[in-house]
Amino acid sequence: MPMYLALFLTFLRIGAFTIGGGYAMLPLIEREVVGRGWINKEDFYDLFTVAQTMPGIFAVNIAIFVGYKLKGIPGSVVCVLGSILPSFLIILTIALFFTQIKDNVWVEKIFKGLRPAVVALIVVPCITLAQSVGLTWKTVIISIVAALLIWLLGVSPIYIIIMAAAGGLVYGLRIKRD
Amino acid sequence: MIFLQLFWVYLKIGLFNFGGGYAMLSLIQHEIVDKHGWITTQEFTDIVAISQMTPGPIGINSATYVGYTAVLNAGYPPAMAILGSAVTTISVCIPSFILVLLVSYYFTRFRKNKYVEYAFLGLRPATVGLIAAAALLLMTPDNFIDYKSILLFGAAFLLTWKLKVHPILTILLAGIAGLILY
Repeated sequence: MPMYLALFLTFLRIGAFTIGGGYAMLPLIEREVVGRGWINKEDFYDLFTVAQTMPGIFAVNIAIFVGYKLKGIPGSVVCVLGSILPSFLIILTIALFFTQIKDNVWVEKIFKGLRPAVVALIVVPCITLAQSVGLTWKTVIISIVAALLIWLLGVSPIYIIIMAAAGGLVYGLRIKRD
Repeated sequence: MIFLQLFWVYLKIGLFNFGGGYAMLSLIQHEIVDKHGWITTQEFTDIVAISQMTPGPIGINSATYVGYTAVLNAGYPPAMAILGSAVTTISVCIPSFILVLLVSYYFTRFRKNKYVEYAFLGLRPATVGLIAAAALLLMTPDNFIDYKSILLFGAAFLLTWKLKVHPILTILLAGIAGLILY
């Protein structure tokens, strides 16, 4: 039982103290999980690599992997509950409060200023990712076509993902054969 | 039945979200804003702003907030809206559970699987496109009301991109600018 509690509290802390999510959480997760000797550093980086290739929320995937490795399925449930509970409670509190104040004239002014900035904050990770995956003039066409299909034609991103994965597979297998 | 629909939609979002919280945004927009009309573009933008500023993964934050807002907009009382947020938050995690547990069995084989590697040759550039689409879909007259909006967009972009200002600080500054400009 103390192990379950320790897992729960650890992931509760990870969920409560990382802002921005995803990779911003990584140093904290590493410190908590590797620092306690639950998982060695090498295994952790393997987990990290595989979690990156899985769909879903990165931090949740890591929580499931770590929980499962240490305490099986109950362990993974405990870790996930710990990592999502702070988000859930904080957002609910804000949501309950925000519906009361959103028509306030000052709040409206703040959000008029915020909204264009939020769009800019999505453009930045898009460029950062484009650089880190090393887009070439050939592969950037995939990005542009994907964006235009979703934006202008309303194609579901789900189809884009299926087509991109299938395209990658076909390309990879063909190169391998040649 | 909105709860069942939300459950199903977030199950799909959890299953097809490759590439993190920002790549998830275009999926949410397509399903929640465009297809079902549960929330408006403006509400969605506000949810993204709040999800970025609060602790926790953006994917979980936005799932909780979207579930709450969608049920409230459908005319239910706040108590039912809380149930809605529980539905979305849990269902977005369910595909991860099943897949991660499966992969744990075949872990070492999966790690160096060439088919996974090949699929990512296509998935990586597509993810860039998904995030770009999320930004483009938010460039609406609701969010960009006048020339000042465009200036704020440019300033926020330069602050975060060139000067490496933390996104939370950028959001706070934009909020203050909104108070002054409007």
